[in-house]
Amino acid sequence: MGILKKRVNEFPTPYTCTRAIREGGPETKLSMALMGFGNIVHGQIIKGLLYLAVEAAYIVFMIMTGAHCLAMLPSLGTVAQEEVWDESLQIYTYTEGDQSILILLFGVATVLVTFLMVCAWRGALRSAYKAECLAKEGKHVNNFAEDLKTLLHENLQRLLMTPPVFFIGAFTILPLIFMICMAFTNYSKIDSHLMLFDWVGLDNFKALFDSTSILGSTFWSVLGWTLVWAFFATFSNYIFGMIVSLLINRRGTRAKGFWRFCFVLSCAVPMFVSLLIMRTMLQPEGAINVLLRNLGLIAQDASLPFFTDPTWARVTVIVINVWVGVPYTLLQLTGVLQNIPAELYEAAKVDGANALQIFTKITLPYMLYVTTPYLIVTFTGNVNNFNVIYLLSGGDPVTDLSSTAGKTDLLVTWLYKLTIDRQYYNIGAVIGILTFVILAIAALLTYRNTKSYKEEGGF
Amino acid sequence: MAGKKIQSAKRKRFINNSIVHVILAVLAVIWVFPIVWVVLTSFRAEQGSYVSTFLPQSYTLDNYIRLFTDTTILNFPQMFMNTLFIAIFSCILSTFYVLAVSYCLSRLRFKLRKPYMNMSMILGLFPGFMSMIAVYFILKAIGLTEGNLIKLALILVYSGGAGLSFQIAKGFFDTIPIAVDEAALLDGCTRWQIFTKITLPLSKPIVIYTVLTSFMAPWLDFIFAKVICRANSDQYTIAIGLWNMLQKEYIDNWYTCFAAGAVLISIPIAALFLYMQRYYVDGLSGAVKG
Repeated sequence: MGILKKRVNEFPTPYTCTRAIREGGPETKLSMALMGFGNIVHGQIIKGLLYLAVEAAYIVFMIMTGAHCLAMLPSLGTVAQEEVWDESLQIYTYTEGDQSILILLFGVATVLVTFLMVCAWRGALRSAYKAECLAKEGKHVNNFAEDLKTLLHENLQRLLMTPPVFFIGAFTILPLIFMICMAFTNYSKIDSHLMLFDWVGLDNFKALFDSTSILGSTFWSVLGWTLVWAFFATFSNYIFGMIVSLLINRRGTRAKGFWRFCFVLSCAVPMFVSLLIMRTMLQPEGAINVLLRNLGLIAQDASLPFFTDPTWARVTVIVINVWVGVPYTLLQLTGVLQNIPAELYEAAKVDGANALQIFTKITLPYMLYVTTPYLIVTFTGNVNNFNVIYLLSGGDPVTDLSSTAGKTDLLVTWLYKLTIDRQYYNIGAVIGILTFVILAIAALLTYRNTKSYKEEGGF
Repeated sequence: MAGKKIQSAKRKRFINNSIVHVILAVLAVIWVFPIVWVVLTSFRAEQGSYVSTFLPQSYTLDNYIRLFTDTTILNFPQMFMNTLFIAIFSCILSTFYVLAVSYCLSRLRFKLRKPYMNMSMILGLFPGFMSMIAVYFILKAIGLTEGNLIKLALILVYSGGAGLSFQIAKGFFDTIPIAVDEAALLDGCTRWQIFTKITLPLSKPIVIYTVLTSFMAPWLDFIFAKVICRANSDQYTIAIGLWNMLQKEYIDNWYTCFAAGAVLISIPIAALFLYMQRYYVDGLSGAVKG
């Protein structure tokens, strides 16, 4: 498969790290210990000094805090917070114990900083070697102003990509690694490990896979419902959206714009607002039940158990999801439908195909071909569909009081409940990882085989 | 004979058309009905969350007035200003990130390009707020979870991941002929000049689309805001405020105000959405064209 294929280096350069170490002159070799030395020797003074400053800053950082953070990482702290009787104030005061969560956070951050440092070190080495080679060949060595200028042209990506990548690193990657680490600790309210916790290896995974325990059985039932939900939510939307857009786009339909507007109006209302409205309308005393009572369809004191009966609740969230999602699907599919070449239809008509044949032989294959990536994205989006479930049913009804999840809880909403409400951070992290694994397998199997991925960027 | 055939075909078509229009009308009613209902509720004079009549008995503007005057429990005007402030700044930052990343990935060829795109796909598979708690701890560690700094924290959080959602804008940039770039290069433009003077002006639809979507994000999200604001009620955004109005302790008094608030924030967003609907379709079909 594509993943295993050996990558051909598209960007060959003679200035690599290995060659710098093997073939570099003494000043380049000295740059391994004293970053930027080679640059300074060859006249790139500011650049060299900057590299040197980076190295100095890293060393100072490591001495001041970094080394301590790394050293604490294996044990995650041992000093517990203690109550001490303060004679002079006549109160209990608390000694400052170790906070494992901060130790872990700073530890992970230090590892990331070290990784960046290694990158900088390699960069310095390459740059020193390049300067040396250029000087040897008698070519021009860029000075600092010229280097800055390349940022606007040859190296524009460095200028443009650095800020976004920095923030992705700080607010997406660092937290993610941090959470993944948490999955291997006992950071949880269980046994009050909220201040001090330890590495426990794969214990959390074992606990979750053990189907005899409450946690394990909850996990399997939530996982099952998540997959069922994602399947139905994706395809009900897709099929229904396709039917509606076919109805609107067929030749005989009048006032196409008006019908489209009616549907699009509901997706112009912010999703959380429409979901909250739906939820209040479907309560036992909500508008729908009142309407049904006034119409005499159900008894005066009766109400349909939209969110109180497990099966009703599950069907309700799927149906409401159709209400929420179809306008988006409609917008998406309308564009695709209009792109189907008209000659195909004309040719089919000449050959005497009926409407059903045209649909199954032309429209559907074309739609599936174009929208497969969209379907995959929607599927993964539905597995992670927090908003619909959390705002509509909140995971209710909870039938088994000993379990932590309700009947409509998805893995993500369960994750939310476990971490925010119950503070079982470690189990929450494990669920996050497992969700990722499920999605990654599904996505890798399908996504990399789609045409639009393979042909990416082929202009 | 032939005339009869045509006539029966005509009748068949008429019946088909009528059926389709009836179905569409029913569906349209189902889709528009909750929206009409909430608009009506926002003008309802009777207080209370659950009433025994479906339609309001009498109408009033008090709900809207109260939303802006009764600031003792839920300070709606302040929430509005908070959200506006956050939205403006996070919009500026994320627009820059999205456009910069999309341009680089679409037009420039560099070593980390493919790895970056693969990484963004992998990161997209993690549940979005799995790392939410961790983000909170990080913000707390750098001291951004107190007072007005919460606004800065929210701006950073909303714009932080923007560099990962480049697909639509990149799809659009891909459709601009590369010959334009090459001509400019021959004329001695730097790539920076091509980006600012050629690509961006040619991509107005997608720039507008990016600005509007990133401006709307803070109005719509409430999970991150809730976790980061915690009990700092003076920093709440609109979404948390509306959510709170439906909580048990407030719902009886605030239900009609919730409807009013929902209508108020829906109007601008609906206007923006209808305005940029065509960009939405263009952007998406550009992205899946393959």
